Formats: sequence, C-alpha cells, structure tokens
Amino acid sequence: MRARPRRDELAFALLLVALALLSLWQTLAIPVSPIYARVGPTAFPWIASVGLLVFSVVLLWQALRGGFPGVDRQKAADWRSLGWVGAGLAANAVLITTLGFVFAAIALFACTARGFGSQRPLRDALIGALVGLAAFLGFARLLGVNIGAGVLEGLL
Amino acid sequence: METLALLAGGFATALTPQNLLFAFAGCFLGTAVGVLPGIGPALTVALLLPITFKVPATAAFILFAGVYYGAMYGGSTTSILLNTPGESATIITALEGFQMAKRGRAGPALATAAIGSFVAGTIATAALTFFAPVVVELALKLGPAEYFSLMVIAFVAVSAVLGSSAVRGLAMLFLGLVLGIVGVDLQTGQPRFTFGLIELLDGIEVTIVAVGLFAVAETLHLAARHRYGEDELLPLSGSIWLTREDFARSWKAWLRGALIGFPFGAIPAGGAELPTFFSYYVERKLSRRPEEFGRGAIEGVAGPEAANNASAAGVLMPMLTLGLPTSVTAAIMLSAFQSYGIQPGPLLFQNQADLVWSMIASLYIGNAMLLVLNLPLIGLWVRVLRIPRPQLYGGILVFATIGAYGVANSVIDLAVMYAVGVFGMLMKRYDFPVAPVVIGMILGPLAEQSFRQAMTISQGDPTTFLTRPISASFLAIAAALILAPPLLRAMAASRRRA
Repeated sequence: MRARPRRDELAFALLLVALALLSLWQTLAIPVSPIYARVGPTAFPWIASVGLLVFSVVLLWQALRGGFPGVDRQKAADWRSLGWVGAGLAANAVLITTLGFVFAAIALFACTARGFGSQRPLRDALIGALVGLAAFLGFARLLGVNIGAGVLEGLL
Repeated sequence: METLALLAGGFATALTPQNLLFAFAGCFLGTAVGVLPGIGPALTVALLLPITFKVPATAAFILFAGVYYGAMYGGSTTSILLNTPGESATIITALEGFQMAKRGRAGPALATAAIGSFVAGTIATAALTFFAPVVVELALKLGPAEYFSLMVIAFVAVSAVLGSSAVRGLAMLFLGLVLGIVGVDLQTGQPRFTFGLIELLDGIEVTIVAVGLFAVAETLHLAARHRYGEDELLPLSGSIWLTREDFARSWKAWLRGALIGFPFGAIPAGGAELPTFFSYYVERKLSRRPEEFGRGAIEGVAGPEAANNASAAGVLMPMLTLGLPTSVTAAIMLSAFQSYGIQPGPLLFQNQADLVWSMIASLYIGNAMLLVLNLPLIGLWVRVLRIPRPQLYGGILVFATIGAYGVANSVIDLAVMYAVGVFGMLMKRYDFPVAPVVIGMILGPLAEQSFRQAMTISQGDPTTFLTRPISASFLAIAAALILAPPLLRAMAASRRRA
C-alpha cells in the first residue's frame, strides 16, 4: 500500500470538501416558508450538498491513504508554458474592456502560441488578429452575439 | 404507417434549401471539430447556442444534429492518423486503426470507419424512427415519481458506471447538481446559492461552464504537460479504397456493431464506450484471424466504429422521447430546447411533431453528406489535422472568450470561465470525469422538478418512490448499477484467494 499522502491530491480533495461546506452553508441560508415545509426549496439542495460532502470526504480519505485509486503520481507541471497561457488569459480580460475584443484576441493568441512553443510572436499576432476579426464578424454578424465595442470593432 | 407519413413530412422540411444548408454547415463543422484534438461536439454546440435567438428551432436542431454526427466521423480520422482518441468512445478505433496506419493501411482504415459509420448510423437512425413512437407511448404513462427514478438511473450510469472511479464520478455528479441549483427557485421564487449576487439570480450559464470545462481546461492541461512531448501524425498514403477482402471482412462487423451500439445508446444508461469495447471483444472472438488483433485488424476498426455511431444515434432516443440526455452533447442540446421554451419528452412528439421529424430526417441526410465529406474529401481533414498546436490552442481560447464574454459582455463571466477552466484542468490531472458535472447541472433542475411534483402528489411521503412498482424497479436498477461492479470485483478476489 502507498502510505504517504500526496500533497497535491490532498489539496484538491480539500477544495472539494470546502465547496461542499460552502453549498451546505448556502442551503441553510435559504429561507423556508412554512407553507412549503415538507417539499420546499431546500430538500434538493440538502441532497446535493450532503452528497457532495460525503463523496469529497471519501476522496479526502483516499488522498490521505496514499492517493486516489488508479491515478498515477503526476509529473511536475510545465510552469513556463502555463505561465504564458495564464498571461494571455489575463491580458485578454484586461484588454477586452479597454481596447476591445480584437486586440484582446491578438494578445491571447500570441501568448498562448508562445506557451505552446511558437517562436514567432509577430506572425502569431498577425494570425491572432485575423482569427479575432473572423470570429468577431462570424459571431457578431451571423449569430448576433454582442462582443462589445472596441477601437477596431467600432469601425467595422 | 403513420410513422412513415410523419417521416415524409420531416423530409419535406429538411430538404428545403435553407435547412439543407444548415445540415451541411453542421456536418462540416462537426467533422472539423471532431478531427481537431481538444475540441468536440459539446463545446461546439455550446458555442453555437446563441444561434437559438436568431433562427427557427428546426434549423438550429438540424445544425446541432449535423455537428453531433459529424464529430463522430471526424473523431475516427484523428484516432487512426494521430493515435490520440479525441474522446473515450474512439479509444478502440485508435487501438487497431493506428496500427493499420503504421503499416501503410491508413486509407482502408479510414474507409472502413467512414462506411461503417454511415451504415451503422443509418440503421440506428431507422431504429430511432420506428422505436421512438413506441417509447413515447410508454413514456406518456410515467408519472413524476417514475421520471425521477429514471433520471436517477441516468445519473448513476453517467457517473458510476462509465469512467474509472465511481467515487470520483459521483462526487462530480453532486457538484453538477449543486451548480444546477444556483439561481431563483422556479416554484417559490426564492434565490438559492446566489451569495446575494444579482448576477447569479439567473443561474450559471451552461455555455460558460461547458466552454471552461472543455476549451480552457483542455488548453491549460496540455500547457501543463507541454514539455512532455508531441504526438506523431502518420501520413495518409496509398489507396483509400477497400479491397475485396477488406470489404468481406468489414461488412459483418458493421452490422454487428450497429446492433450492439444502438441499444446501449438508447437505454438511459448511455455512453458510447461500453458498446465499442463490447464490439471489439465480439469481433476478436469471431475473427478467423484473432492473431491480427493488436496489429491492425480491419474488423477491429469496422465493428467499434459502427457501434460508436449507432450508440450516438441511440442517445437521441431517451433525449427526444424522455427528455433524458445521457451524453454531454445531448445535455447541451437539451438546454437549447429550453432556450426555445420547448421541453423535450413524450409531449415533444405531439406538440412539436414537425421539429422532431425534420430533425430525424436530417439525420439520414447528414449521414449521406458525411460519407461524401469523409471519403473523397479526406485530404482536407488531414490538412486540418496539420494545424500546428500553438496556433490551434491560441484559436481555441479566442473562441472560448467569445462564448463567455458574448453572454453578457461581463468580465465576471470571463473570470468564472477561467476559474472553471482551472478547476477542469485539475479534474483532468486527477482523472475526474467531466460528463457528470455537465449532465448533473442541466438535468438536475428537471430531476428536482419531478421530485417535488411526486412529493406533492404523495403529500410529502418519500416512500412514493418505492411503493410505485415502476419507480421502485427503476431505483433497483440504479442500485444494481452502483453495487454490482464492486460486488463482482470482491467475489472475483475472494475466489482467487480460495
């Protein structure tokens, strides 16, 4: 038997337990009117929350006993690659409200491509602009999705 | 006879130029996303949900059905040439198909997969056509208690039976149920799980969760493992046509695959994995050359690929007749029905007969289109497969952004999508299944509705689920689905010890 708990699996199980407790707290916060005392709006939330709690506690126990069954120890994450993608996502969120969707798409596209090993940021930015424009036109015009107004979008 | 008349009416609607265009667009898009690793039909349908505000329901569902079927065809191309099954249902195809491709027989492998998909898809669609009205008759007799118990079977099947661990699956199912509760309770008007935030009163948007769990999570997951290497793409060389011998070995496997796949998909236990494994097992048993299996036996591609497609058609049966989605894509299609204010279920065949029959007719048409798209045009998809990974994932995230931000132009939605994405990445890392979360979230509110209706009818007596015979037998099946696998394992273990 593997006896040493794996810290990362333990942390994930704890996250699930925390979510279950959060959901129990919100269940208790639902006001119950006496008319619906029996099959009111809280019955199902109780089932869902308690179910989540039970199974996350089992997972916690498994993690403490040496790991989730059938899951191999994970290799260390590639933080450099993740970092680039994360930076792209952050830039996306900042730029989309300021310069608009297309510029946000350029930043997101170029950073993600960099994270996956592309070495030509300028070419990626250009492709990102084209993908962003095509996506904007496709979704805004064909599907009627409102993706906000930006510097470039206003001109189109 | 009445069925044929209704189907003819469906064809009349589906064959209008506009609907044919939607069917073609769906099939094309579906094949493309099926071919591309990292995105699939569920994500695509989720991204296309806004179309429900623009076009009539019939056109939207013809499009979605095309995406759904197309992705099944496209997925096999990826498994054969790249050995990375896009979804669990094509693991088996990858097993034998990739071996065939390695021996320079990629063409026949692709051909038997495409023709097998066509044959099985058409047989299964025909089965859907003739069995669905029968199921509807039976379903009309079910009350809320029976419905709730039936949903329990679906929940148990997607979380405890499929996938590698029942505990992880059930934990994710309950998480999905919790997510489904967020928002205003429709019966009492009380806000639940909203933390007092106005943004959460309408509930959590399905698109945001689906895009986060599929697109963002997949990209982050692959980024985290980036330094551990890339896949190798095998070239497509030689003839793509089947030799006489290939054909002789394939056709029985196609038919058997269709017969195995459809029932598996049609019972509300769902899942296309089991029938593909089962079909593979059957083909290996029946083959005159079992030694070829594992080294590129064509039956090992033909059978499972047919079973996969037949079960995909089968999944539409509980979805249309009972309103019970048993795959992620079906669940997202259910939320599209809801956005039109249509409730799938037995009444769908009465109230929306034209919609249902046009959709079924479009499945026949789509299958024919897909055969053409996937055999003569296979070269196009091989080129799509060559899109370099850095640019592919950049593009996926750009589209994911539209999916989340387009809902309400809110950065909060974007942040929720990122959070769901990070959570989904951890789920992938520790082998937690995604389907129970999505199905729990979409089907949960419907299950709650049936639960409360049943409890109201029984005046608050929870034994109603056990005293009504049909409901009780459904619950017994659900219990058996949970308890049987560990019991069988324990029995096998004790026998080994003895």
